[in-house]
Amino acid sequence: MAETKPKPGQPKTGVLLDIRNLRIEATVYPPGEAPKNIVLVHDVSLTLQQGKVLGLIGESGAGKSTIGLSSMGYGRGGVRITGGEVILNGRDILKGGKDGFRKLRGREVCYVAQSAAAAFNPAHKLMDQVVEATLLHGTATRAEAEKRAVALFKKLSLPNPETIGERFPHQVSGGQLQRVMTAMALCSEPDLIVFDEPTTALDVTTQIDVLAAIKDAIRDTHVAALYITHDLAVVAQVSDEIMVLRHGRLVEWGGTRQIIKEPRQEYTNALVSVHEIEHAEQNPGTTPFLSVKNVTAAYGRSHIKVLKNVSVDIYPGQTLAVVGESGSGKSTLARAITGLLPPEQGTVTFDGRPLANRLADRPKEDLRQLQMIYQMADVAMNPRQTVGTIIGRPLEFYFGIRGRERDTRVAELLDKIEMGKGFSDRYPAELSGGQKQRVCIARSLAAKPKLIICDEVTSALDPLVAHGILKLLLDLQKEENVAYLFITHDLATVKSIADSIAVMYRGEVVRYGPKSKVLTPPFDAYTDLLLSSVPEMEIGWLEKAIKGRRMASAGN
Amino acid sequence: MLDIKRIPIPALIGIILTTLFVLAAVFAPWIAPHGNGEIVGDVWEPMSSAYWLGTDNLGRDLLSRMIYGARITLFIAVLATALSFSLGAILGFSAAVFGGWFDTLLSRLVDLLMSIPTLIMGLVVLSVLPTNLVTLILVMGVLDSTRVYRLSRAVAVDINVMDYVEAAKLRGEGSGWIIFREILPNALSPLVSELGLRFIYAVLFLSTLSFLGLGVQPPDADWGGMVKENKDGIVFGIGAALIPAAAIAALAISVNLVADWILNRTTSLKGGRG
Amino acid sequence: MSSPILKLIAQRIALGIVLLLAVSVLIFAGTQILPGDVAQAILGQSATPESLANLREQLGLNDPAYIRYFHWLGGVLTGDLGTAMSSGQDIATSIKGRLWNTLFLAFWAAIVAVPLAIILGLIAVRYRNGWVDKLISGLALASTSFPEFFIGYVLVYFFAVKWQIFPGISTVYEGMPFLERMQAIALPATALTLVVLAHMMRMTRAAILNVMQSAYVETAELKGLSAFNVIRKHAFPNAIAPIINVVMLNLAYLIVGVVVVEVIFVYPGMGQYLVDHVTKRDVPVVQAVGLIFAAVYISLNIIADIAAIVANPRLRHPK
Repeated sequence: MAETKPKPGQPKTGVLLDIRNLRIEATVYPPGEAPKNIVLVHDVSLTLQQGKVLGLIGESGAGKSTIGLSSMGYGRGGVRITGGEVILNGRDILKGGKDGFRKLRGREVCYVAQSAAAAFNPAHKLMDQVVEATLLHGTATRAEAEKRAVALFKKLSLPNPETIGERFPHQVSGGQLQRVMTAMALCSEPDLIVFDEPTTALDVTTQIDVLAAIKDAIRDTHVAALYITHDLAVVAQVSDEIMVLRHGRLVEWGGTRQIIKEPRQEYTNALVSVHEIEHAEQNPGTTPFLSVKNVTAAYGRSHIKVLKNVSVDIYPGQTLAVVGESGSGKSTLARAITGLLPPEQGTVTFDGRPLANRLADRPKEDLRQLQMIYQMADVAMNPRQTVGTIIGRPLEFYFGIRGRERDTRVAELLDKIEMGKGFSDRYPAELSGGQKQRVCIARSLAAKPKLIICDEVTSALDPLVAHGILKLLLDLQKEENVAYLFITHDLATVKSIADSIAVMYRGEVVRYGPKSKVLTPPFDAYTDLLLSSVPEMEIGWLEKAIKGRRMASAGN
Repeated sequence: MLDIKRIPIPALIGIILTTLFVLAAVFAPWIAPHGNGEIVGDVWEPMSSAYWLGTDNLGRDLLSRMIYGARITLFIAVLATALSFSLGAILGFSAAVFGGWFDTLLSRLVDLLMSIPTLIMGLVVLSVLPTNLVTLILVMGVLDSTRVYRLSRAVAVDINVMDYVEAAKLRGEGSGWIIFREILPNALSPLVSELGLRFIYAVLFLSTLSFLGLGVQPPDADWGGMVKENKDGIVFGIGAALIPAAAIAALAISVNLVADWILNRTTSLKGGRG
Repeated sequence: MSSPILKLIAQRIALGIVLLLAVSVLIFAGTQILPGDVAQAILGQSATPESLANLREQLGLNDPAYIRYFHWLGGVLTGDLGTAMSSGQDIATSIKGRLWNTLFLAFWAAIVAVPLAIILGLIAVRYRNGWVDKLISGLALASTSFPEFFIGYVLVYFFAVKWQIFPGISTVYEGMPFLERMQAIALPATALTLVVLAHMMRMTRAAILNVMQSAYVETAELKGLSAFNVIRKHAFPNAIAPIINVVMLNLAYLIVGVVVVEVIFVYPGMGQYLVDHVTKRDVPVVQAVGLIFAAVYISLNIIADIAAIVANPRLRHPK
């Protein structure tokens, strides 16, 4: 370790960062209109002590990344800091000009991006990029910096810490890259690191490893951090304090315990309680209406089977949740059931008779009974059709309902999804993310199906919006007695919506049964890993979870 | 629905100029002060009140010939574009939707045709074919349809994998609905803008061929041919050849401006309202 | 350097050779689609049956097409391009000097156009959305709409006729002193430069912009690197492949522009030779010159692809 900074064990004290009345604006260029100014951050103030971690939390558009980057004097894509002071180590960095920014970036403040895969230059070796800032600011020689980097690789539990630096970014997995990026930020021994959603893009079992590595590294190096995320449970594990932001304004700021246990603002409360939907498990009936029996499937003529001998049952008016990480085959199961990917072996039975394997061989009535909702609502609707056409088409197509009757039915459906009938003339581009997903729900309901397949329908949405969608789905289930096949990677969602659960891992169902059984020990190794990896809104959860694990994560 | 005040000025200029060219072409015999082949004065007379643009290399009224030239230029370019567009778009869409050997065969053939510069291939073919309007239109249309094919295939392939197309397939819609109601409306804006570009290219290609003496044959002349007729005057400081050349440039620019605007207007994805 | 990358390059070159062979078939076939008789077309309606038969014999028209193709291809591969029908001269000999002239002209046009386009592209990126950028893209739009002869004759009108700085007709001969030769090609080279400049600049701008907006450039900025070093160490290594690609594509475009520009300036190169013989319907010359143009075009495309392969770190350092 270099001699220019206090050694570990002798942390600096006092105020490191003091942001006062920060105002940030940007110019937007709406097509066909004059450019206009919008305010992204409205007079936000915060202070951060040396060696402490402040979590910045909020939904998309809350301005949290923008505030984080302002501590480095940086504005993304035409974003300008137009007011306030950013006092770092006792001086206002906004007065230092470009040279001042350059001197502090990579030396006093470092940055860890959400997607390390994009943030590393594909043309250079990892080591060259990790030590670049240190060498640039001349705080260590190359040999020292590389030694420091290897030590950090070790601390962050990267495999082969001595040689991993010789690799190129594309030769390393996503979770590892995220840790290398953390090492890169720590290498120049800064006073502050801005973590910008560092684990959001990772699978849940990988996230916990990276999170633990980051937390250890922060503790051992006594660096201060701004930890930006939309996930309150994650930030509760690493932060000393939490600041809740919304639409660029401060909502609440307090100690981690206070925020998650005794939130003072209604909005914070909503964020904290977002996962808690009461949903009593229904008992499976006697006969399932849809049975998947021993289905095996592969893409093309590939030998790699994405589904291996999968069997599940779905009961009328109930929800089967299929949980798994990326590559587990959960979406492929949906494709096999809908006939988009005809299974190689096995059958899908519906109402006691086998369904044709291929989509093209299924009668219209079978197609009507199985509807689907997608993850990305924007691309699931034809941008050239109005909401009325989108929802009205299944009515026309399956039931031959036209004209005024169709319009009435569309209005009823819009009412069901809690949107007014004024929306029926709008185009998808004129709707918000949550509204788009609601329209997709209405479209599938219009067919009066027995089953709706929901493929990650809430994962692209902000937590509060997702919460609304889940509640809507549950209400509609009661009214319409429709069953759901709910595909997700998010166990919290599963707990609040499922009646039965199938856990998938590498193409196989590793655990299957009613919700209460699946979620009660004893667990198999993978389910245990998966369950223990879901962040809980509880201080000290991370340490407990890491200690209790029996199986290494899949991707790390 | 379309508010003239909201059309940006460059697009407005483009629309007005294009309209003027089209009107001149359609009403040529009524507008032109003199006949197309009528010799009215001396060789290369300067611009005057009698001959607004002067006279050409044989003493014909340049303005009248420009107006008749607009007719031939636009006529051939429009037909060649129509041919290249319908051929390219139909084959491109079919390749994307049907796939398989049909797609592979067509795509390789197009790759092959595009590995030779269009002008060179055009010259090779024209060295043996009779020089008449039909050949000209066929050669221009077929050679240029390769580009339309590539674009429409790419656009259709992209749209074909969108979730909303999958949703329509899951609903059980037939290929008619999928092609005409789901794919086509979304492919329209790149295709319309491409239509403009293809037309410009056809005008420039035709002009180049005529300038090289391989396009429209005398006594008829399109603008490119008129540049050829009058090019010898340049060295004497007579700018007659520059006038048809500038007209080609002006036509190309105005169509470009219109195509640009249409592309911008329709990509805002609010049904053209926003 | 590892073997997978060499394999990819070898594959690309092999593909190019196959393509070139296919193109030779296409060019040969393109000259066989005449609805009627070549000999008749050459000699005209008044030809006697004997002279027609003689000419057919001479051209080998009595053999089936594929025999004639292989005969022709065999000749091309051994450097024998045949004889011109119109003049009876050996085509290879006539082409040699002209090919050199064309390459000389294209070379100097490229020497000016490539750096200029890259610099202007960089300026447009630096002042993105400012008036400089708008002016540059406006000019680009205009110049892609200009026919080559418009640019050519405007240059002649002003520089050769009005101000008499450069000659309007580019006469070159063997053994011409270098400076005189440069003066002779000044206008055609300028015209060619203008023809490709705008397009190349617009594509360069897009390529650089694409790289500058990537996350790793932001990472570099957030390390405190100066703007110059961000570009030198992080943007440039990744922008080089797309820029080479842009340059090669436009050089390929340049060889088309050469045909028209040579005719405008009466420059004794391949383009003028080709156009002359198309008018004379001299099929052997058209085939030979067409094949050479296609070969140059295909080679430039291969170079562009190889540059992209070599510059791609994922291929250079496989997993």
